[in-house]
Amino acid sequence: MDIAKQWRGRGPRYRLEGQRNTQTGEVRFPPRPVALDENAAEWETVALSGKGEIYSYTTLHQAPSGFDGLTPYPVALVRLAEGPLVTAQLTDCDENDVQIGTAVEMVTRHLKDTGEDGVLIYGYKFRPAVQ
Amino acid sequence: MMKPSRPVGLVGYGLYIPRYRIAAKEIARMWTDGSAALPVEAKSVPGPDEDTITMSIEAARNALARAGLSAERLSAVWVGSESHPYSVKPSGTVVAEALGAAPWVSTADWEFACKAGSEALTAGMGMVGSGMAEYVLAIGADTAQARPSDALEYTAAAGAAALLVGPAEESLATIEATISYVTDTPDFYRRENRPYPVHGNRFTGEPAYFHQTTSAASRLLADLGRTPQDYTYAVFHQPNAKFPQAAAKRLGFSDAQIAPGLLSPQIGNTYSGAALAGLCATLDVAKPGDTIFVTSYGSGAGSDAYSLVVTDTILERRSRAPLTAAYLNRKVFVDYAVYAKWRGKLVMG
Repeated sequence: MDIAKQWRGRGPRYRLEGQRNTQTGEVRFPPRPVALDENAAEWETVALSGKGEIYSYTTLHQAPSGFDGLTPYPVALVRLAEGPLVTAQLTDCDENDVQIGTAVEMVTRHLKDTGEDGVLIYGYKFRPAVQ
Repeated sequence: MMKPSRPVGLVGYGLYIPRYRIAAKEIARMWTDGSAALPVEAKSVPGPDEDTITMSIEAARNALARAGLSAERLSAVWVGSESHPYSVKPSGTVVAEALGAAPWVSTADWEFACKAGSEALTAGMGMVGSGMAEYVLAIGADTAQARPSDALEYTAAAGAAALLVGPAEESLATIEATISYVTDTPDFYRRENRPYPVHGNRFTGEPAYFHQTTSAASRLLADLGRTPQDYTYAVFHQPNAKFPQAAAKRLGFSDAQIAPGLLSPQIGNTYSGAALAGLCATLDVAKPGDTIFVTSYGSGAGSDAYSLVVTDTILERRSRAPLTAAYLNRKVFVDYAVYAKWRGKLVMG
């Protein structure tokens, strides 16, 4: 069980929290520790809008452990409105419902099967925008 | 009746209905000769990555969007459901974290069969009405369980509604008063560690749903000195299509009054979400000055009734989040096999 790892990731996973550089305006996701040549004080935590569009996508037929019950399912590179490119599952659609450029929005969903005694893992997926 | 000392109302509302449906006739195809009367046309089915927590989050985000409110300003995030994903561990903490309301917030999970959400609403009125809180989020959500072939399988659906309670002067609809009517009536229950609830068949009607619903509704009307004709709209808990229509008729409300909030024919019974979702759908079409009478019902049993008045604020806030119609229209039907797989009804050996 990797409870601590899942728990540490709840900001980006649940709220799509990334980082923004207060000097340059650069936004990055997922957040990461600042590098040696960066100034930690310049990077603030910011919740991203969850709006974006499909940059590219594919469909998984051979899923890793914990995702087997979901196959086939689409996975996409999503270009977020704030700039970063994020890899995520698509939901509420199949590959016929999306194409490059389709407007998508972030939703928080149950991510993977961890067994009857496992902690439930939630996080971001994207779906074609409802409105 | 109960009235807070400080006037309160809804500053936001949000609804969520999953994308998937199963037709009642598809369920009938599995279990009957097709001659049985069907209680609804279809019911909503949660996707394989959805549960009460995820649906609560989306409904709550819609409510916050309508209010234009930062989640940090919430004093409480309360989730009413009979299908909390954990037996022990709050749904509310996940929801509060996802919204950005944690850590300085009260959360709790409420349980009262189908009126767990309206219990949270009444408590929220108390919190805001007493001045303890400015904003409280009351959510009703369920991915209802039903034993395969049981009568409930036709209606046990999934959905969520979130009502954001705040000061009356900021509200899109003020809540004038509420009342609760509760008796020990075991019409429907699920024992510890059992996968599916059981019900008392015809006993769920007269002594249970109809008695609690009409008692709460008629008393609140009497206490307010009103009649059904004084209201633009009415919403009742909707375990099927027939019960809310019969309750409305018995009380003197017309079909037209309950039409906008009657979702059960299309999506089934969303349990803790049902009456609140009906209110959300009614707020989607209401005009300033309209009045709405809402009565929830929870097995076990009890009803909460509310009297609301829509304000001018509805006009600027309504379109800030998807309307009920957007969720109803994106429907995709699945067959019984997909439904059985997603709902964990297949024994994998």
